[in-house]
Amino acid sequence: MTILEPVLIVVVIGFICAGILTIASKVFFVPVDETFTLLREQLPGANCGGCGYAGCDDYANALAADHSLPCNKCTAGGPDVAAALAEVLGVTAEAAEKEVAVVMCNGTHEAAKSLLEYTGMKTCSAAKQFFGGVNQCPYGCIGLGDCVAACEFDAIHICDGVAVVNRDNCVACGACARTCPNKLIRISPAKNIVVVQCHSNAKGAETRKACTNGCIGCGKCEKTCKFDAIHVVDNLAYIDPEKCKNCGMCAKECPTGAILNMRVKKAAPAKAEAPKTEAPKAEAPAAEAPKAESASENAEA
Amino acid sequence: MLIITTIMSMILVNNYVLAQFLGICPFLGVSKKLDSAIGMGIAVVFVMVVATAATWPIQQILNSFNIGYLQTVVFILVIAALVQLIEMMLKKYIPSLHKALGIYLPLITTNCTVLGVCITNIDEGYGYVLSLFNAFGAGLGFLLAMILMAGVRGKLEGNEAGVPVPFRGLPITLITAAILSVSFMGFSGMFQ
Repeated sequence: MTILEPVLIVVVIGFICAGILTIASKVFFVPVDETFTLLREQLPGANCGGCGYAGCDDYANALAADHSLPCNKCTAGGPDVAAALAEVLGVTAEAAEKEVAVVMCNGTHEAAKSLLEYTGMKTCSAAKQFFGGVNQCPYGCIGLGDCVAACEFDAIHICDGVAVVNRDNCVACGACARTCPNKLIRISPAKNIVVVQCHSNAKGAETRKACTNGCIGCGKCEKTCKFDAIHVVDNLAYIDPEKCKNCGMCAKECPTGAILNMRVKKAAPAKAEAPKTEAPKAEAPAAEAPKAESASENAEA
Repeated sequence: MLIITTIMSMILVNNYVLAQFLGICPFLGVSKKLDSAIGMGIAVVFVMVVATAATWPIQQILNSFNIGYLQTVVFILVIAALVQLIEMMLKKYIPSLHKALGIYLPLITTNCTVLGVCITNIDEGYGYVLSLFNAFGAGLGFLLAMILMAGVRGKLEGNEAGVPVPFRGLPITLITAAILSVSFMGFSGMFQ
């Protein structure tokens, strides 16, 4: 009996509190904007910030307040969520272009010369404090996985010392790009499957010394490109995503293999297979789309 | 006279944040902007007084059943319910304050200053009226600490350049809090 009494008293107090709260929730009821609730239900709830708002709640609020805002901002949900949001708002969805994160480095263990034996805290931002990272190239991937930790979608992993994006899982929220201390990760359209995998602005000889996979700024790609899509600026090749037709000629021409054509697997140095093997599935539909516009593409295939 | 002494002592000498180091979470979390710091402080004053008003009689009930040892459990239960109630009221009548307080209002539920003041009132054997004034003074002390901190941080915000790089952000905030706390030591022994 001694235990029953205190338990009962606490339960009674609990019930009284519950009763008061139930009454209060009726008395102080605040009608919530229905559109907000409906919109919020459609959003994935990842709170990744890919839309540019503070979270799913914030985006739903903004949409509910102003229906003219674009409803395709949710990168995590993609076109499905955009369509669902559009239905709620009664507008037609403009399909957002699918984007993915691209890592601009291929400085694998064998390619990039290491600078020091780093035994400190296993984060890129900490390693960056020592002589600019663990590799000789201060621009390249440090490979300690700050981006992996930032990714909510299991879409980026460190393979052989370099971050590699799994393009199937990537929703282009940009969390990795914001975390990377070397600003190596860029969000770019998924249809562009020829990418420069280097971010070194150092002179060609210096880049070459530090990493055998680096862009030395020789300009061969620039001469090869028929579409005026690739240019060497500050010793680094840059592909204009608008103009690039994914023909892959530059990747073939590149003497160091700094340009990766994700369609022709042999052009890529045989590294980081694990996540890449999944990549072609995503690219297949992307590759079909622009086929009419480039004859050279078919010739190459 | 006793009431004035109690209030002043809670504000200056036994300041919950700066002398007893309770409630550091909202003290560091909401003290970035002066207006939200004042809002939070006022909310805490209010919750403290209401919580004391509710918990003091409950302690008498507990005592009469000889289960005073359930104090902590029951107080947390009651305070949590009270804070929920206050949140609903704020949402209805002062939505701007509700939005400004944001996550920190539900956090008052587990704010140790509120539980602390309720338990102190019982432990010190204060009567009902004195308990209420004690809680009011404790809340005012919290409010004062919040305002001071927000004022200092507001000045710091624009002058980050003068702060050594490794100290920017949270470290300088903690140092500010420490200096504020040390300055409050000067009041010790003022009221007996």
